[in-house]
Amino acid sequence: MTEYPLVQIARKIGVDIAGPNADAVDRDSRFPIEAITALKEAGLLSAYVPTALGGAGASMTELCQICEVLGQHCTATAMVFAMHQIQVVTLVRHAMDSDWYRDYLTRLVKHQYLIASVTSEVGVGGEMRKSTCAVELEGERFKLVKDATTISYGAQADDLLVTARRNPHASNNDQVLVLVSKDEYSLEQKGVWNTMGMRGTCSPPFLLTATGAADRVMSVPFADMSSQTVVPVSHLVWVHLWLGNVTAAVNKAGAFVRHQARANPGTTPPTALRLAEVTVKLQNLSAVIRDALGEYETLVAGASVDKLSSIAYAFKINNLKVDVSSKLPVIVTEALLICGIMGYKNDSKFAMSRHLRDAHSSALMVGNDRILATNANLLMVLKEY
Amino acid sequence: MTKAAIRQILKDQGRLSVDVSTLADDADLYQAGMTSHASVNIMLALEGEFDLEFPDRMLKRSVFESVDAIHAAITELQAG
Repeated sequence: MTEYPLVQIARKIGVDIAGPNADAVDRDSRFPIEAITALKEAGLLSAYVPTALGGAGASMTELCQICEVLGQHCTATAMVFAMHQIQVVTLVRHAMDSDWYRDYLTRLVKHQYLIASVTSEVGVGGEMRKSTCAVELEGERFKLVKDATTISYGAQADDLLVTARRNPHASNNDQVLVLVSKDEYSLEQKGVWNTMGMRGTCSPPFLLTATGAADRVMSVPFADMSSQTVVPVSHLVWVHLWLGNVTAAVNKAGAFVRHQARANPGTTPPTALRLAEVTVKLQNLSAVIRDALGEYETLVAGASVDKLSSIAYAFKINNLKVDVSSKLPVIVTEALLICGIMGYKNDSKFAMSRHLRDAHSSALMVGNDRILATNANLLMVLKEY
Repeated sequence: MTKAAIRQILKDQGRLSVDVSTLADDADLYQAGMTSHASVNIMLALEGEFDLEFPDRMLKRSVFESVDAIHAAITELQAG
């Protein structure tokens, strides 16, 4: 099966740039500037923008495969790319009726703007569908102040896509999405990002103060964009980059086993059995992810807005995230056990530390208990699974 | 009577940010503060009150977005 050209380009960036810098990015909790710059130079930040606006017109499948490939070399690079793409896909899917946004997308192609997402907020917990802050309209301009508990690569982004209540009188779940431009917002960093894994995503808390023209407020309700696009695309790009990370760990284990085998031709090293076990899990994960991507592509191609915003689909795409994330640390741990001390050491080509620490982030990047509680609620009325 | 029963359920389960009696039949319930969580409780209460089951194909945002939409769904189920 031949690879898409954009995926080949991403793979080369992964091998040549993201991978070699991954340990330093992790060790120093620093932004993967080299890889992101390379992705910009290759025009990959605008991959999803339609060709009519100068973009590559890539598919969701291509984006996901790029995430997977990058995830094999540096999860920070892959996650920054993935989270940026969630914003781009949202704009392409829902903002094309706006002259300003269509023009913005052509400029994004030219300048490779990096967009960060500001959904979290002090006081609302991890609940994306609730906001306290509100868009305050003053004539043709708005003001928006948001106390965000986390903004991934907030300090390194160009523009921000922010959720807020429609106006100061709107209820918590009556949300809009607003793009704020670098020259019209300020960020006050209010903490540090010093974590077990995903250390290069640079996601500390920030206080955001922004203004802008009123036409930056997207007309589609965030509730609709959330169910049709933001949640499914988020879960799909995340599971792909997470798969890339654990694949890299299992690949290391495979190389270790083959190395042992070559040292004693005619015998099967005991580690080969453990490799046989873990590859079952890896293939299963790969199949689940491929199936979910295929289903999403079909629903979008069929413009099945009803199905995309149904309880049945929300339930399913939630299951994808919970299922995949709960299996990742197990797979990496098995890969670690295969490699033994060589996997435990950090100064080793079989080093597993980064893979394992990054794998643990997935169950809490939107906490699985929150997602399961949502699904439990849906199961009070959902009748088929 | 059905719309009155629907409005009572919205009052009991909807946790709306406004008084239900101020909402028109076609007013957007989500904009009135109905969350996804609350909408599930409303669905349950409607199933109990009208002794019917919403099939999965009807479990989507548009069906529960207003008193009119809910009424239409119940009418459809009671006819079939």
